[in-house]
Amino acid sequence: MRKSKALVFEMGQPGRRALDLPECDVPAQDAAALIPEKYLRRSPAALPEISQLELMRHYTGLSQRNFGVDSGFYPLGSCTMKYNPKINEEACRYAGFAMLHPLQDPDTVQGALELLYNMEQYLAEIAGMDAVSMQPVAGAHGELTGIKVIQAYHRHRGEARNKVIVPDSAHGTNPATAGVSGLETVEIKSYADGSINLDALRAVVGPDTAALMLTNPSTLGLFEKNIEAIAEIVHDAGGLLYYDGANANAIMGIVRPGDMGFDVVHFNLHKTFSTPHGGGGPGSGPIGVKKALAPFLPAPLVTFDGEKYALDFDRPLSIGKVHSFYGNFGVIVRAYAYIRAMGPDGLRQASEDAVLNANYCLARLKEKYHSPFERFCMHECVLTSKKQKPHGVRTLDIAKRLLDHGYHPPTIYFPLIVEEALMIEPTETESKETLDGFIATMLTIAKEAEEQPEMVKSAPHSTVVGRLDEATAARKPVVRWKKS
Amino acid sequence: MNFPKELKYARSHEWVRVEGSRAVVGITDYAQHQLGDIVFIEVPTVGNKVEVGKNFSVVESVKAVSDIYAPVAGVIVEVNEKLGDAPETVNQDPYGEGWIAVIEMSDRANLDDLLGSDEYADLAAKGGH
Repeated sequence: MRKSKALVFEMGQPGRRALDLPECDVPAQDAAALIPEKYLRRSPAALPEISQLELMRHYTGLSQRNFGVDSGFYPLGSCTMKYNPKINEEACRYAGFAMLHPLQDPDTVQGALELLYNMEQYLAEIAGMDAVSMQPVAGAHGELTGIKVIQAYHRHRGEARNKVIVPDSAHGTNPATAGVSGLETVEIKSYADGSINLDALRAVVGPDTAALMLTNPSTLGLFEKNIEAIAEIVHDAGGLLYYDGANANAIMGIVRPGDMGFDVVHFNLHKTFSTPHGGGGPGSGPIGVKKALAPFLPAPLVTFDGEKYALDFDRPLSIGKVHSFYGNFGVIVRAYAYIRAMGPDGLRQASEDAVLNANYCLARLKEKYHSPFERFCMHECVLTSKKQKPHGVRTLDIAKRLLDHGYHPPTIYFPLIVEEALMIEPTETESKETLDGFIATMLTIAKEAEEQPEMVKSAPHSTVVGRLDEATAARKPVVRWKKS
Repeated sequence: MNFPKELKYARSHEWVRVEGSRAVVGITDYAQHQLGDIVFIEVPTVGNKVEVGKNFSVVESVKAVSDIYAPVAGVIVEVNEKLGDAPETVNQDPYGEGWIAVIEMSDRANLDDLLGSDEYADLAAKGGH
């Protein structure tokens, strides 16, 4: 592997060029005559001066250092890095989808509207909800939209409710959503087995409870067994239940948030429904709601009168738009292709296999890595480096050592309530051979931690750059290159 | 790990040094150790009212972002502005230069609910819960 770290500005020679431009075939004008002097450069731009071949090798080299699910196993817990089938990419590039203008007359885009309408129906069925908005474009965006809908519902009923309850195992986005919505977050502790403490919940619910935000399976990868009791406690106090669908990959076709008592749910199409993510998007975080909340969903929704599809903007109680047009349409097409290809039985099997794969990893790793919960897990398992601690090896060191073996590390130091956590989500799309390879590597690292801890603590050794100084990078970030 | 005898401790890992009617507040040696390298501290605003057990400051480390809870109720009368440029001070000297804020206490009875250094050391030894 080529290890050059040179930036493109540090390569080449003065005067070298990647391209020869043709002679200018229109009369040249003096820039000074066209542009005010204060906007004119005083010295030429310091552009890289390199040949086309150097340029190609530089950027090809950078692309080869990228790591994605197409290049290797990516067991990043809570992120569902499943394979993104290439047929999704083909479908979303059909001219009938890709070449549309969002302001086209609905009569000329009936196919696209039918797809949106069907997608709303499919997600409502999978979630056990009555109405769906495809507008939000990320999981956290779905959360914000959902909480805004809940606020609008309470306000419409003339109730002032300003508290959102979240368990201490929640995704950080849950309290952040409450904060951005102007609500106060109330945190409740979990039992030692990772489930919600019902007494703690009873103690905090009341007439000021707007909602409980919950992930089930929880962020610990455990199914919340008392969910019906939880729903009853919150509903009895007049609050609503928000389902963070981040972990929906464990439950498709098996159990539905709507049936568990939730009132609002978001799905991450870019996780559960196999559309690409990482690198910041684009994502899609549609929300589904129960009937009583439907009037507050963002406008427009797609309607069908038996003959024609239309966009319904006439929604007086709607919270308004949360994104331009209809959300990330191209992402929705990909997820639609996935749902159609899998079918109901296929989705159920995807979830079953995701849970099976995670339990296989847990069962084979828990002898060498401490498992904080003596339970079956759902689609991801939490381990810790407690057994490696006497050798001075921490979770971060194990993650870094995995890089030497060509694996993307699991999620580390989350959930926060598990000390030195290491969260593995293999997803259903990995073969047993891949899992066995990863498990063998993890067991090798456990052995290395005992026999040569210094080597593990100084990993990675084979990557382009070694151990980064994360503290200095965060305290004194250098976010842009400057000519020295 | 060091838990000075003269300080009082909250179960949520803050320490308090009582100076007359005022309480100097920071996070414990155990807390800074658990958090790892601290990279940012959002200090509270002078004049803000704080309630017992409510978050009044945020600490970000390379591992996580954590709320800091007020161990006593009152009004913020002073904050450690130096932490803006040097958050690592909390790692290096949690009980000295790494103090976070001074609270003018509104109810000294709050102090009775805090732990002594031996009690807090036990809590830390058990993993902090």
